[in-house]
Order: sequence, then structure tokens, then C-alpha cells
Amino acid sequence: MTSYIQKIKEVSERLLKEGKVDAVLGFRKGTIPMMNEPYFARKPGDVQHLVWDSSCGINLANYLTDRQENIAIIAKGCDSRNIVTHIIENKIKREQLVIIGVPCKGMIDRRQINSMFDGEILDVTEDENNITVKGDGFEEVINKNDVLQQNCALCIHRNPVEFDELIAETVEEQQDIDRYEDLRKIEAMSPAEKDPFFEDLFSTCIRCYACRNACPLCYCPTCFTDESKPQWVGKSQDETDIKTFHFLRAFHCAGRCTDCGACERACPVGINMRLLTRKLEKDCFDLFEWEAGMSLDVRPPLDTYKPGDPDDFIK
Amino acid sequence: MEMMGLEPGRIQFSWVSSAESTKFVTVVKEVTDAVKALGPNQSFVKTKARVA
Repeated sequence: MTSYIQKIKEVSERLLKEGKVDAVLGFRKGTIPMMNEPYFARKPGDVQHLVWDSSCGINLANYLTDRQENIAIIAKGCDSRNIVTHIIENKIKREQLVIIGVPCKGMIDRRQINSMFDGEILDVTEDENNITVKGDGFEEVINKNDVLQQNCALCIHRNPVEFDELIAETVEEQQDIDRYEDLRKIEAMSPAEKDPFFEDLFSTCIRCYACRNACPLCYCPTCFTDESKPQWVGKSQDETDIKTFHFLRAFHCAGRCTDCGACERACPVGINMRLLTRKLEKDCFDLFEWEAGMSLDVRPPLDTYKPGDPDDFIK
Repeated sequence: MEMMGLEPGRIQFSWVSSAESTKFVTVVKEVTDAVKALGPNQSFVKTKARVA
């Protein structure tokens, strides 16, 4: 994937020189390894700062909300689906965007890599299949496929669905992946088992709302957690409040979440809140055969009515 | 809702027209019976604030 960068820079520079866009939204190197940060290149000279590797996991669609200028955005499969969702929800116009599609082979899980080594990791480089991790007194080569983020390992839409320019040949989509093995285990639990399971899952939550802030779907001017009249959810560290926050946030993403993993990636304590959004994603597919962000022309199930919609739950 | 630990049957949905008084009564009876059978709700209950 690192070979893409030359083409990304060429395309970005051309778009900026031609004046087609006011900015190119991509990544630049972060201050510590495996933490690339979002970057707006506004002048042709800025494109030299752009980077592309397996640490570009942040969902850039998050930075498009209500933008007025014309923007070129570098989009992986999941980013492109979130851009489609943004367009459908009128958060940006398609005409404003030049989508630079990047076929993606998955992003690496920095938490997993950090936990593999005792000392501080000082440098991470990569080629097509391997990641080289260097630190104080150690250097090791690991297979990239062993350290993918879970959502990338389970990804079935690696190629962008909507794009104007494609940086490289499309990559092969993963087939025969069981996306919901862990979810079925939870579904099979009894109510008495679920309570402690979720309490344990969220026990480390510090209510920093990083998951919400990193999420491209969470663009409400005032989030329900911040409202005080009425106060929908308590602001304490009580486990009921924490659970309420996570469950409600997940519900707000129903039929919209693309499982880009931004929430889990942003979480400072590594909570797998994707269990909740994936449950809703699974239900949306089972009930409405819906996958979010796959087409600009189809309205999402939550704002359409079809006579055949399942209604067995209504007595 | 069942995913997050509420017992099946504690939440029920029904569609009752304002003209369907008997259906309304039946539904209310059924729901209260079902919930009584389940007993008091244990999950999502905020007990007294914990003080360190």
C-alpha cells in the first residue's frame, strides 16, 4: 500500500494546480509511530507532507461535515461508504467532492503491536506484506495480516464504492468471512449473563467521548450526552450511565455504521464498542438486506417505508 | 434491547386504533401479566450513588 503515495501526490498536486479543489484531505505523519493524522493540503507545495501506509485508520469522512469549499478526499473502502452516507444525509454535496479512491488491504492495530513489545516503539516501516518495528534494543519483522485491526480483518468492502479517481488496481475482496462469530456468542447468552458481560466490557470507560468525536456519523450540533434540558443520560461513572451512553450512541448509528473502526481506534482504553454497532449492522442486513453507504441512489431503511418491512414484533 | 440484557417480553409493541377499546384492554392485561411474571426489572437500574 505504501506504493500508492506517489500516485496520491501526483493526483493531489494536479487537482490543486488546476484549481478544481480548495484542499486535499489526506494524512500526514503523526508525531509518534502508527499515529498518522488528518491533514488538509491547501497549496500544491503541501502535497509533499501527504503519506499513505497502514496507519491511516482514521475515517476522513468525519472532516467533511458541513464544509463549504471544494475538497478532494483520499478514501479507503470504509471512508467512501461514509462519504456516501454523508451525501445521503445532506452533510456535503457530491459536486463539492473529488473522491480519490484507495483500494485498501487493511490498517494495523497499534494497540496490538504495542503490546507485543516491552520497550517503546520508535519507528515502524512497512512493505507490501510485512511491518518492521524498531525500538530501543529490538527490531522485528511481523506479518501485516497478523496485526490487522479487527474490523479490517473482517472487512468485505476493501475497494471504494464511490470515487472519481482510483489510485491503484482494485484489490481482491475477502470472501467467506464470518463477520459475526463473536456476536452470536453474546446473543446466545441469557439476560443474567449479558448484564455482567457489558458491565465488564465498559468498566474501563472514562466517558471521554473520543469514540463519538472520531465517528463520522456523530455530527449532531449538540449530542444527546451533552444536553441538560432534558438530560437524557446521567454524566456519572455509574455503570448504568456508561451503558446507556454506549447503547444509545450505537442506536444512533443504526443503518449508518460502516464498521470503519474509528471509534475503537480512538478509544484511549481500547473498549470494543463495535460489538454494539455491529449488532445493529447485522440486524439491518438480516431484516432489510441493507449495507450502509453502498449507493447514492437508495434511501436507508430508517427513512423509507416498504409494505414488506418486517413487523412481527407488533402484536 | 434484548441484546443488551433485557428479558424478552419486557418490552412489547402493539398497534391499537382509538376505536379498538377491547383490543386495548386485552393488550394492557397481557403486557402487565407478562411483566409481572418476569418480576421487577434488574438491569439498567441505578442504585444509590457510590461514594468512594
